[in-house]
Amino acid sequence: MHISEGILSAPVLLSGAGVTMVGTALGLRGMKEEKIPRTALLSSAFFVASLVHVPVGPSSAHLILNGLVGILLGWAAFPAILLGLTLQAALFQFGGLTTLGVNTMNMALPAVICYFLFHVWVKNKSPALAGIAGFLAGFLGVLLSGLMVALSLVFTGEYFRQVARLVIIVHLPIMFIEGVVTGFIVVFLRKVKPEILEG
Amino acid sequence: MIDSPFSQGKSILHALDPRVKILVISLYSFLIAVERSPAVLLYASFLPLVLFFLSRLRIKEVAKRMLPVNGFILLLWLFLPFSFPGEQVFTLGPLAATREGIFYCLILTWKSNLIFLTTLLLLSTSPIFHLVHALHHLKLPSRLVQLFYFTYRYIPVMHREYTRLSQAAKVRGFQPGNNLHTYRSTGYLIGMLILRAYERSQRIYQAMLARGFQGTFWTLHHFRWRKADGLAGLIFFLYFLGLCYLKWL
Repeated sequence: MHISEGILSAPVLLSGAGVTMVGTALGLRGMKEEKIPRTALLSSAFFVASLVHVPVGPSSAHLILNGLVGILLGWAAFPAILLGLTLQAALFQFGGLTTLGVNTMNMALPAVICYFLFHVWVKNKSPALAGIAGFLAGFLGVLLSGLMVALSLVFTGEYFRQVARLVIIVHLPIMFIEGVVTGFIVVFLRKVKPEILEG
Repeated sequence: MIDSPFSQGKSILHALDPRVKILVISLYSFLIAVERSPAVLLYASFLPLVLFFLSRLRIKEVAKRMLPVNGFILLLWLFLPFSFPGEQVFTLGPLAATREGIFYCLILTWKSNLIFLTTLLLLSTSPIFHLVHALHHLKLPSRLVQLFYFTYRYIPVMHREYTRLSQAAKVRGFQPGNNLHTYRSTGYLIGMLILRAYERSQRIYQAMLARGFQGTFWTLHHFRWRKADGLAGLIFFLYFLGLCYLKWL
């Protein structure tokens, strides 16, 4: 979930920008020249995938897939998500410049955490175990993102507490669906093109 | 899907150097984002107003773009007036709305829309490729700029792939619902999209190497700094001086 412009306090905005700068620098430093087209094309694919709506109960939600972005890109998840959000801000006015740092951090930090927890596990010989790792990555990616969005609001002011609680509740059903979809994506990639999971 | 309909136009705003636009919007967003005083916001409202008249965009089109932006704001209106400490104005069952809460919501809505509107007017009146080029001139890391070019260039391509895949699914009678079958099919579809992206990136890199790529992107279109850009820069500078004066003095 994007937080709009003009809502968060200066300390929250600045810490978000700081974390995002460090993460992006780490992501770019580890990127060899031949990896630039790959990272970019995967970013385009994820940009498109994030426009896909899946049914959730009577309503529908768009996919986030930050857990999977983390597994496939590692630290490069930071520049990839930063670019995706910049394009969304420039093209559809979702989010904006001052919140770019916070919004990127809220999605990319969980992605990197998922990378360290699961990138070995998704290569497991048993497809079922790999699928479970995928599920957990998708689930945890959204869970941590929701928590970080909520914390960004609460650190801005105590009076955001109810909104923050609502943000987490809204994310709950999405977590499970993200987990299931990510699990299937991992199973599919492992079967069809295991090198992609090698990173 | 990602066409930028506002980027084609012949107004003064469309002709303005993208480097000036990026500097102005960055400065403006950061000055307004943490502002709370109505006087400063009133002064800040002049910029998007003037830009709007200069841009010659139609008000209906701009308003349509502003609507989805206010979804998050609406969410705040449902909660904040009741959770902000202060003097009670009216009660709704067990909930009491405070004057300070409503005032705070008004300020948030106001500045949020100011920043959105200015961003829309300044950035969507330039093609994205020109903006990325401008970011390069503003000393962003060249790898990030290259990533940006590629990502933007291939989003329509990946979207075409996605449309083809989902049409194929529809032709075979796929109907999304709340079931495992839907999530599995969606997962496989996105897996296929990722696979195609991966394989295409390998072909792209090989094609780049075959053409002697050595790490530099060359461009045939160069920015020319005109007197009008200098003048616009000066006017913006004076405007921001006024803003800073109101904000801090």
